[in-house]
Amino acid sequence: MGASQTRTEDVFQELSEKTGFSLEQIRILHKRFRQLSGDEETISKENLEKIQALDKNPIRNQIIEAFFDKRNQNDGEVGSSREIGFQQFVKVMCHFKPPTLKMTTEEKEAIRREKLRFLFNMHDTDDDGTITLDEYRKVVEELLSKSGAIGQEAAKAIADAAMLEVASINVPHMEPHEFYEGITFEHFEQILKGLEMESRMNIRFLDVDTSTMHCGKSQ
Amino acid sequence: MALSCHQLGSFPPRLSVYVLLIVFVAAASASHDAPQDGTHDPTNVTHKKAFPVLLFNYDHVRTPFEISLWILLALLMKLGFHVIPRVSQVVPESCLLIVVGLLVGGFIKAIGEKAPALDDTLFFLYLLPPIILDAGYFLPIRPFTENVGTILVFAVVGTLWNAFFMGGVMYGVCQLEGGQLASVDLLSCLLFGSIVSAVDPVAVLAVFEEIHINELLHILVFGESLLNDAVTVVLYHLFKEFSAVGTVTVLDGVLAVVCFFVVSLGGLLVGSIYGVLGAFTSRFTSHTRVIEPLFVFLYSYMAYLSAEVFHLSGIMSLIACGVTMRPYVEANVSHKSYTTIKYFLKMWSSVSETLIFIFLGVSTVAGPHAWNWTFVVVTVVLCLVSRVIGVIGLTYVINKFRIVKLTKKDQFIVAYGGLRGAIAYSLGFLLPDHHMKTLFLTAIITVVFFTVFVQGMTIRPLVELLAVKKKKETRRSINEEIHTQFLDHLLTGIEGVCGHYGHHHWKDKLNRFNKTYVKRWLIAGERSMEPQLISFYNKMEMRQAMLMVESGSSAKLPGLISMQNIQPKVESRGRTIPKISKGREEEIRRILRANLQQTKQRLRSYSRHDLFADPFEDMNENLSEMRFRKQRVEMERRMSHYLTVPANRQETPPVRRVRFESDDQDYTSRESSGVRARNIGPNSSPADAISVLEESPPLRPNRRSDGGVRRSAEHGAQATDDDAEKETGEPQTQGRRVSDPGPN
Repeated sequence: MGASQTRTEDVFQELSEKTGFSLEQIRILHKRFRQLSGDEETISKENLEKIQALDKNPIRNQIIEAFFDKRNQNDGEVGSSREIGFQQFVKVMCHFKPPTLKMTTEEKEAIRREKLRFLFNMHDTDDDGTITLDEYRKVVEELLSKSGAIGQEAAKAIADAAMLEVASINVPHMEPHEFYEGITFEHFEQILKGLEMESRMNIRFLDVDTSTMHCGKSQ
Repeated sequence: MALSCHQLGSFPPRLSVYVLLIVFVAAASASHDAPQDGTHDPTNVTHKKAFPVLLFNYDHVRTPFEISLWILLALLMKLGFHVIPRVSQVVPESCLLIVVGLLVGGFIKAIGEKAPALDDTLFFLYLLPPIILDAGYFLPIRPFTENVGTILVFAVVGTLWNAFFMGGVMYGVCQLEGGQLASVDLLSCLLFGSIVSAVDPVAVLAVFEEIHINELLHILVFGESLLNDAVTVVLYHLFKEFSAVGTVTVLDGVLAVVCFFVVSLGGLLVGSIYGVLGAFTSRFTSHTRVIEPLFVFLYSYMAYLSAEVFHLSGIMSLIACGVTMRPYVEANVSHKSYTTIKYFLKMWSSVSETLIFIFLGVSTVAGPHAWNWTFVVVTVVLCLVSRVIGVIGLTYVINKFRIVKLTKKDQFIVAYGGLRGAIAYSLGFLLPDHHMKTLFLTAIITVVFFTVFVQGMTIRPLVELLAVKKKKETRRSINEEIHTQFLDHLLTGIEGVCGHYGHHHWKDKLNRFNKTYVKRWLIAGERSMEPQLISFYNKMEMRQAMLMVESGSSAKLPGLISMQNIQPKVESRGRTIPKISKGREEEIRRILRANLQQTKQRLRSYSRHDLFADPFEDMNENLSEMRFRKQRVEMERRMSHYLTVPANRQETPPVRRVRFESDDQDYTSRESSGVRARNIGPNSSPADAISVLEESPPLRPNRRSDGGVRRSAEHGAQATDDDAEKETGEPQTQGRRVSDPGPN
């Protein structure tokens, strides 16, 4: 018992160093992980689907999928895992850490690129490295899915307009017969340059005791 | 006056400004002349005078005349500055205006007249509200709510710190100095401190607007200047009451804290109520579009005045009203009303600002002054010192809670941007006659001058020097909007997975509440159901459409990329003849011919040919005009291409012109009252998305015939492209609105 506990602590320490989370934050995440997995070692999609807080979220499926996407593990693999362990869970959460004050501009750029990569992977569902028009359409459709009966038409038009914009910005002169395959990662970076992902795509990982946060709602 | 400006255009600019100045002064002093006696002696009936051809009766129009004159001349000054290019780049406008005020005041005094002072009724009731309303109505909500914690800390804690620190140290200095200052007691010093400690929104706006720093810093300083009003009000009243009495007890302190909450929350409440009322009223204005802007202005002004009645924070009330009202009003009012509101607000706030600065200058010269070197210098120094210490200290604490920390550069700008302005002066003016009043007023004026001149002038080069991030100039693109929304949902989802209810969770809840309950009540018609992404898309389309109209079509066609370039290709399945009815074909040919024949055909001629009836506002005509021009250009470019493109495409046809259900119903319901151009917006996608709508049957019954005629005409013209471009497998009912009223 004691041995396994120290081993866990070691694992936490290692994780903390690798990912940049503090030890306290890792412990909290671990508690949450155990909660979600029902005290198992791994969580599967069903575990995440049970979370009530995600019910009303229009992009629920994409979010859940993102946890199991091997590309987000930065291992070089592609495809989707069926279950993930705590390490992978933390790895995914890592994408939502804010840059610290002491980082240089290059480090901030690297962080921004990482976050954009995460978003890109969420959109690029067939793992081919580009976001095609259909994939983009699906994204907009999902976004509008919980917003009422606007229907596919609106989503299509918006996605088309957005795609056009990407193409116009990145490849300004195309002949009528040329075909813009899809949004590559570089183009994606280019169009979202103005959003400053490193400041926006963050959540607060507070050093707070999770036992006070249940309120009976989350699972 | 205006004429003289043009005549002087040929003179060297500097000379013209001097001449204007002299004219200004002459007229201003003339307005103070003793009233002329222009009336006839009523008892003089015995002698018959000649019938008076020309009379001089100035008294009659005196007040409005003077007011108009001041405003007019102030604006001419503002015009004049931009004639001298170099000066206006170095010196912010506010400084120049104060200098003008000084000069005018000086001249008036030299002539021996009494210069008008910036009295508090004029300032607080007439000059300040437009500026605050303008700021509040156009407050960028997202950055404001993201940083509201930081802003509140700066506003409340920062101002308190400033007030007490300054008051305390001033008292110490006064005691040390002795002499004239020894009689200044602690409470008076605290009162003085509370007046001078608040960052002034007018000055901040005036200076920051010209330096274009990034959104975060702008909203921090500006938000602080707005929200510290509550603190200032409470402190001011507290110390004013008690400096009369002489002592402050603990109970009074507690009551003051309670008062603070009442003042600020009460102000917000009053503002929100009026805001909701305004939004609700705007729901019913579809038949009286012309008075829509007035509702916005009046409700807001009433919010301000109502808050002032109860000594609540008028500024916070005004801000709350504008912020609450805006999303719903914008969804309800016509496009013209929206433009009117925007421009009237900008105009009034501009005039107010100009007048405030000029009057500040005039009052400086006019007012009684009591100069005391120690007091004034210490005040100025202390202002700076306390501000810097306050900002640094607070940032240290705040950064522990912020996700994106404030850097040293940011802190510097926030500290340096804490300008004092006319509010401080007016509050000083409002002081009861006090033996120290003139001393205080002099010190306040000096601080105001110092901050506006020194800090205002140097902040621009400092911003350049420190390479502070500037404001992003480009407009938000649809991709950014999509991803902003996507991010919102993503972050809310991740927070849900993490299990803690953060910032995003509550924001999401608020949005959902807004959508399900509030919007239904406050937005007319079907727009209440419209998701934000779609509203944004519509607005963007509209903007691009207007851009095209203004630029005269072909010059600025956005990009050469069209839908073809992004559509996945499919193998052509052979070309088949489009199944069009004869009548349709004829119409199409006629339209094509008409389009290609003339290059400069005005849109009106189309309407005479009965292609569409247009009972609607100008905007619709402009848009249609734009669309026709665009089509013409497109057609001229790709005419041959159309006719040879393989007809068959995939099942889901490329681009559809979007016609949302909401749009259609809206359109028909508003036809009689003048359609908002917005409804036409979605038709003009950035590229030549000249597509045909694949309708769902429920939409059909909503169409009325005259509207339908118009639509069919547009469709007709555009359908030509479509027919040529699209495949034949398509149900032919698309776009054949009226002539083929049958279902798909």
